[in-house]
Amino acid sequence: MTDTLAAWSLVGVYSAAAVYLGAFALFLLDLAKRSVAAPVAGTAARPVAREAVVQESGTVLVDAPPAPPVVVTGRRARVALALSWVGWIVHVAATVLRGVAAERVPWANMFEFALTGTAIIVGVYLFANFWKDLRFLGTFVLGLAVLLLGLATVNLYVDVVPLPPALQSAWLVVHVLVAILGTGFFAIGAGLSITQLLQDRREKGGLRSGRFLATIPGSEALERMAYRVNVIGFVLWTFTLIFGSIWAERAWGRYWGWDTKEVWTFVIWVVFAGYIHARATRGWRGNRSAVLAIIGFAAVLFNFTIVNLLFKGLHAYSGL
Amino acid sequence: MASSLPSDHVESDAQARSPENPRLGPVGFARFLWRLLTSMRTAIVLLLLLALAAVPGSLVPQRTSDPNGVLQFQANDPELFEVLDGLGLFSTFSSPWFSAIYLLLFVSLIGCIVPRTKHHLEALRTRPPKTPARLGRLVGHTTADAQTDAETAVEEARRVLKSQGYRVERYGDSISAERGYLRETGNLVFHTALVGVLAAVGIGGAFGYTGQRLLIEGEPFTNVLADYDSFSGGTWFDPDTGLAPFSLRLDDFEAEYAFDQNTGLWNPLDFVASMSTREPGGGWTPATLQVNWPLEIGGSQVYLLGNGYAPVVTVRDPEGAEVFHGAVPFLAQDANLSSLGVIKVPDGLSDQLGMRGFFYPDAYALPSGALASFSPYLENTLLTLTVYRGDLGLVDGSGANVYNLDTTDMEELAGRDAPLVLKPGDTVDLPDGMGTIEFERLALYVGLDIHHDPAQGWVLVFALLAVAGLLTSLFIPRRRMWIKVAGPAESGSGVRLEYAGLARGEDPALAGAVADLARAHGEALARKTSGDARLG
Repeated sequence: MTDTLAAWSLVGVYSAAAVYLGAFALFLLDLAKRSVAAPVAGTAARPVAREAVVQESGTVLVDAPPAPPVVVTGRRARVALALSWVGWIVHVAATVLRGVAAERVPWANMFEFALTGTAIIVGVYLFANFWKDLRFLGTFVLGLAVLLLGLATVNLYVDVVPLPPALQSAWLVVHVLVAILGTGFFAIGAGLSITQLLQDRREKGGLRSGRFLATIPGSEALERMAYRVNVIGFVLWTFTLIFGSIWAERAWGRYWGWDTKEVWTFVIWVVFAGYIHARATRGWRGNRSAVLAIIGFAAVLFNFTIVNLLFKGLHAYSGL
Repeated sequence: MASSLPSDHVESDAQARSPENPRLGPVGFARFLWRLLTSMRTAIVLLLLLALAAVPGSLVPQRTSDPNGVLQFQANDPELFEVLDGLGLFSTFSSPWFSAIYLLLFVSLIGCIVPRTKHHLEALRTRPPKTPARLGRLVGHTTADAQTDAETAVEEARRVLKSQGYRVERYGDSISAERGYLRETGNLVFHTALVGVLAAVGIGGAFGYTGQRLLIEGEPFTNVLADYDSFSGGTWFDPDTGLAPFSLRLDDFEAEYAFDQNTGLWNPLDFVASMSTREPGGGWTPATLQVNWPLEIGGSQVYLLGNGYAPVVTVRDPEGAEVFHGAVPFLAQDANLSSLGVIKVPDGLSDQLGMRGFFYPDAYALPSGALASFSPYLENTLLTLTVYRGDLGLVDGSGANVYNLDTTDMEELAGRDAPLVLKPGDTVDLPDGMGTIEFERLALYVGLDIHHDPAQGWVLVFALLAVAGLLTSLFIPRRRMWIKVAGPAESGSGVRLEYAGLARGEDPALAGAVADLARAHGEALARKTSGDARLG
């Protein structure tokens, strides 16, 4: 029974990855088309914030209402987004099946963590599209999801095994789920920050190619979006740290012991703390803070891949 | 944060440039240093340095979390070890440079919390600022006409803004309102709580202790220093008063495993240690200890960290007199609990005797002839012993480790090719007529970690306070709103109203909030006029 369900789950994973690949290709074609169709001068992406000086309280940055980005309802992007939804539903079904097969949460080893993690990254992205039109990020998000899901399934797949005693805890549900959610938000934030850096270069005339950038919000609007997303990621990451400490106290006899994974969780937290401070400091706003957000997400990926696979530590027993 | 100004504040270029002052006296220089240290820019650099400085702690094994890894590193590459050890990399998180960074960061933090708290307390007492002369440049500027008089419009504006949680002040025919002081309060709580976390961690480390004990079935453990296998207390820990009086005993241990066909190994499913505990004045009371479920006793926590088998053996001299008797803990070498242990008999025989033992719970022979264990369950229990005679090294200390047998000064009596083989209940002769050894029975043991941290509850309290502060400071918008009667309406009857807002910090929803306010105010005025009309 377990094996059958796990096998069906795997079929779902492959199907989802195939659909994602199609969505990724369409998102990429959409960007290519936008580059052809977009005006060279980039009139669509005017900076949307300005500053005002209010006398009695010193200098205050005033955000003007953001100018609505030019909506490009390319057919390719619409189909790509629809495909992403289809792929995601299959993906979520496969993840749930895996959990049913294992009779526990589907995030107890590297493969399962990648499975659930990519589902949440894509999920956060899809739902974020209700908030802002983020179809220009589809290439980044779906590309990342296909890459991680494919690598994990091919290299790290393991059959369902029961949980070792150390993982038999309600904190496995909470701590890891919050960590994955945080990762999802950081992923979208990093995508926005990368786009912001490109956009900024284009606005300053330093970027010849990538004319699709003219069809998406300006760098300052992108920076504000990235901030909103990263701040949610930061709060989730703070919870990851605290829940992890509580669990570590229960399971290992100390709430903090500088285990390799703890070190990296701390490093990531500090980098994003730096990012939030940078956002409020002249000279660090804009590109520099965007670079910090990207470094932060790179550290998240490093923490999940290299630290799990190559570093020795207490978290290693989750198995591959 | 680090800066005496609110976090919402964005430094302007003019402020960022330090004032030119070619001659600084000592006081001036100190003030300059202090301002440099408490500036936001320094705080960011220190944060990034802190992140960077923590990285080596994950690349190089640490003495605190992986002492064996450190020894291994030393053995593998003594020269590189010298260099890295000189830099303190094997204890990164207590190294001078790491400490310097976080201490500077926290000094900078405190240097910023104090003036900001003062500033905030003042802000809490001051009234909202005067309404700007022109609202047109501000966020969400909206105009509307209403069929009412100026007085009613202003009073309704006061009521509506108050009901939305604003602090209000009337200036002429306008209401100035401000809300979201909690944003700054949360920010201060967050940063103060971080200082609290650091202090609680420090206090806990100084007064706490952690110790390990391998406890064999039936043998009582009393919480005194001498009863620990290894122990480390904090700087201010006093072993005479710091150890709560209690005793522990292992009564039974049950382990459950599941076979994994792919790896051929048995994965543990469940470990349950049945313990008895005793506190002063009481008798033994049963208690259960499991992984993830520590035992709380005497303000300390007892954790289950390991388990294994301890064969009970008796060694007798050729006349049959007992010279050694005891349970010898064997350390598991793999998931199927093939275990390794050492029996040392220093006295009573013609020579000192050392035995290196392999224990197999469920022995079977590999094609090569070597033995292995098929499962961790006691099915085909087997103990094999290689025997050595000579100097155990107990005098010069080289043989002090009970899990290690140094055979350099010893003569091999029974090697790996012809070890002694025993099943429970067996008695066999020792080589060279030295006597006999009996494998009486098996005892179980558990590895316990006993931990006491008087401040860990406070660490959690401060951490949760920090989260509460963080959520408040990130998601409560601080904004100013104005409703102003700008004059008579253009149509001639009624008044012209102006609405606008000002964000203090990140506030993407402000324009929408101004529009909502204008709508709410308009509806309130309409209700009022229609109500007045009915009354009239």
